[in-house]
Amino acid sequence: MLLYILKRLVTVTPVAFGVSVVCFLLVHLAPGDPLSAVLPADATQATIDEMRASYGFDKPLPVQYAIWLWHVLHGDLGVSIATGRPVAQEVGRAVVNSLILASVATLIGFTFGVLFGFVAGYHRNSILDRVASALSVFGVSVPHYWLGMVLVIVFSATLGWLPPTGAGPDGSGNWRPDFEHLRYIILPAVTMAVIPMGIIARTVRALVADILGQDFVEALRAKGMSEFGVFKHVVRNAAPTALAIMGLQLGYLLGGSILIETVFAWPGTGFLLNAAIFQRDLPLLQGSILVLAMFFVALNLIVDVMQTALDPRIERG
Amino acid sequence: MTAPLTAASVALDGTLAAGPDAPEAFVASRGFWGHVGHRLVRDPVAMAAGAVIVIVIAIAILSPWITPMDPYKGSMLRRLKPVGDATYWLGSDELGRDMISRLMLGSRLSLFMGVTPVLIAFVLGSGIGILAGYVGGWTNTILMRTIDVFFAFPSVLLAIALSGALGAGIFNSIVSLTCVFVPQIARVAESVTTGIRRRDYIDAAKLSGASALTIMRVQVLGNVIGPIFVYSTGLISVSMILASGLSFLGLGVRPPEPEWGLMLNTLRTAIYVNPLVAALPGLAIFLVSISFNLFSDGLRSAMEIRQ
Repeated sequence: MLLYILKRLVTVTPVAFGVSVVCFLLVHLAPGDPLSAVLPADATQATIDEMRASYGFDKPLPVQYAIWLWHVLHGDLGVSIATGRPVAQEVGRAVVNSLILASVATLIGFTFGVLFGFVAGYHRNSILDRVASALSVFGVSVPHYWLGMVLVIVFSATLGWLPPTGAGPDGSGNWRPDFEHLRYIILPAVTMAVIPMGIIARTVRALVADILGQDFVEALRAKGMSEFGVFKHVVRNAAPTALAIMGLQLGYLLGGSILIETVFAWPGTGFLLNAAIFQRDLPLLQGSILVLAMFFVALNLIVDVMQTALDPRIERG
Repeated sequence: MTAPLTAASVALDGTLAAGPDAPEAFVASRGFWGHVGHRLVRDPVAMAAGAVIVIVIAIAILSPWITPMDPYKGSMLRRLKPVGDATYWLGSDELGRDMISRLMLGSRLSLFMGVTPVLIAFVLGSGIGILAGYVGGWTNTILMRTIDVFFAFPSVLLAIALSGALGAGIFNSIVSLTCVFVPQIARVAESVTTGIRRRDYIDAAKLSGASALTIMRVQVLGNVIGPIFVYSTGLISVSMILASGLSFLGLGVRPPEPEWGLMLNTLRTAIYVNPLVAALPGLAIFLVSISFNLFSDGLRSAMEIRQ
């Protein structure tokens, strides 16, 4: 197993390297001078050159990349152009909030997805199956930013049950696990949960239907095992794949939360990215994307290793 | 049974049935695509979804001539009229412009920006994937490992990162979304191509002296294009949501041009005044997106492709 983990680490290294190159090049993809956002319009050529040198923009690209990577490996993501604070600090704070939201959403999505998937897989082609299928199509087809708006319209604007935006009553950027803060997370989390719910329901349904059609299930029933006993076998067979998909969905939600975080003004990475884009704060943009992408790479690796550990059918070669 | 095998065996059945020895009573084969079409027509859900798509495309094409009012002309006195208003059938927006006219004209940009990236990515992704899958070896390793890097980004993040770096605009949105879909389509194309490259008919073509390019164009493309096409149609729905999402964030279409995502964004402030009108553009995105999804699902089962 340890050997397998090592092998996976070796294969993931070039990907991580590639990701860092893409993130680095993002800044250079941007049209115009990356410094134009900070420099006053009447800056002299001397000032411009000085600024250019201080950010290292005067050196050739590979050298800039090497310097940048060296700093990144030491936890230094540069300084935000807009606020002047270290990017690592800003991203770190935002990631926690995004992670909380994405985890809650994944949990809700997983619970309902598995529930619908099992019901549909056990009762194929019944009304329940149709309803579950319809729900999963809904989940992958609905523009989630719009769903968020609709939920705000219904539960905040019309019924007044839940707050429409923010992470807490004090307007602060930190979410805490108490009742008041819980009210703020419900709407964004439910909105976000719809996507993994649909995908997990679809997968679990196919898995369960597939497992139920296999010979060993018939053998278990033939030897007189109770329906609950058979169910336990089905769960054990479906679990590794379902858990793997849940893990990946967490990564997708974390990276794709920008639209939902914008709708709900949730103080996470999406919100930070939005600010970075519109203030043309390129170091912040670069840093947030790098952190999110690396998180996704790591998550993929963990999911892969865990799935291999859980499922003896997967070869570890 | 794997997807390419299905495609190949149906094609084989087709040739057999249409052959000179086929009995008289045997109805002439429709060919592979004929079978697909035949099965698709009998799928009511796919047909309904297809009808919605056709209607929306028709509206998009005809909208400059058929909108009931001027979609750009606002009125400060008639802002945010409710749905069902005598003049404004679907209400008016935050600047007093007719909603139904703007929704109709908005379908143009929304459809264009949703479908174009998938079309371009379909061509580029199939090309890269088929090349990598058929040639194999180092070409495959280099192409596919590069594609793995793009897979390391969740698609929404990649789209927003590229758009954010490139700046707002219709062209830049299409470029970013294309970059999101090329790797996904290329990966599917590579896996189906790898699945068939050792088949007998490929060897037969090689022995008959066909060049690699000819084999890729005729034998490979003919057998892999079905699954790649279906996969790509499934991406249109995602692309529509993402394209409108970019405009929703202010990274796509610029005002006053009507586009559903942008309309949804500017109407966000109106949810307390006139929630129904504010939700309309999103409903339009949802309707088109779900139609593309259902049609793609229908196409998938008509072609007997397993997910």
